[in-house]
Amino acid sequence: MGLMDRIPAYVDRLPGGSVVMAPVDWAINEVQASSMWYMLFGLACCAIELMATGAARYDFDRLGMIFRATPRQSDLMIVAGTLTLKMAPRVKLLHEQMAEPRYVIAMGGCTTYGGPFYHDGYSVLKGVDKIIPVDVFIAGCPPRPEALLNGCLAMQEKIRRNKLGQPRGPAIHIPPTAGRFSIPSGSPPSERDPQIPG
Amino acid sequence: MSPDEFLPTLKTRFPEVEFQLDPLNPRALKMSASGVPEVFAWLRDAPEAAMEFLEFSTAVDHPPDRLELVYSLYSYTHRHRLVLKVDLPRHAPTIPTLAHLWQNADWNEREIYDLFGVFFSGHPDLRRLMMPEDWEGHPLRKDYSHPNLTPRPD
Repeated sequence: MGLMDRIPAYVDRLPGGSVVMAPVDWAINEVQASSMWYMLFGLACCAIELMATGAARYDFDRLGMIFRATPRQSDLMIVAGTLTLKMAPRVKLLHEQMAEPRYVIAMGGCTTYGGPFYHDGYSVLKGVDKIIPVDVFIAGCPPRPEALLNGCLAMQEKIRRNKLGQPRGPAIHIPPTAGRFSIPSGSPPSERDPQIPG
Repeated sequence: MSPDEFLPTLKTRFPEVEFQLDPLNPRALKMSASGVPEVFAWLRDAPEAAMEFLEFSTAVDHPPDRLELVYSLYSYTHRHRLVLKVDLPRHAPTIPTLAHLWQNADWNEREIYDLFGVFFSGHPDLRRLMMPEDWEGHPLRKDYSHPNLTPRPD
């Protein structure tokens, strides 16, 4: 019953089987958070770290993350690398081609604010959030696979806080140093948060 | 052959073109723009030169009035190399293309056109290579500015 212990649900045993009653928010969020299929593309050196994270040593698969080579089958866009002004309309188009619900992780300094090209750079978009909404920002140049995994855990945590019919919480920022991400204030509570009795 | 060995041969064969050794680089020759593309065609086809390979072509901006094209040629037959530099007026740089001699000159010249604004007459397809098609200006000019460009603070 390991899994069942974690479900905020009421289980009723009837002749012929069991009935589970759970909040629909929880069911939808858990399904989404457990299978974030990400789109297969990379723009610069962050893509190398993304590939390393997807490979055997760090293993994205254990989070239920599998790369998809088409935006139609993708739930998550990991913008990995320097986004030039020439590339920006293409990335915006790819984001629009993804089906809702869709999520975006901005990986590395370039996608967060322009990175090393912020000064004296004429060809780089200074922050991918200028063209598409971003859920998680990961600092680093490039972020190590551990930081990317941390960002994906934060993405899962953010999905688990979704409420039906309500807007998403604010973006989560993953710091460059090691340590657990912090959920920004203003995020809705999760079903997993410790319940305060009384 | 080294550049100083090329120099007398080129001077006798192309008397109307000015050649001189580059004072900054002993491996390079400076030449006037009137020799393009005849000198390059000879360097490619003459048996004693046999420059089969245009290693690269690029440009250097020297404000306020000079723009310099740099061509590097290499011969697999003789294993020798020659760098040729051509000065152009910066306000209206135009030079004949080399795309009919070496195919890689096509994209090299598109890149130079894109980033420095040099016009290559006779080029088969002179479009921007790096920047978006509707970009204005030529970013590697030293007086280039753009609204997106934030100067680095001192």
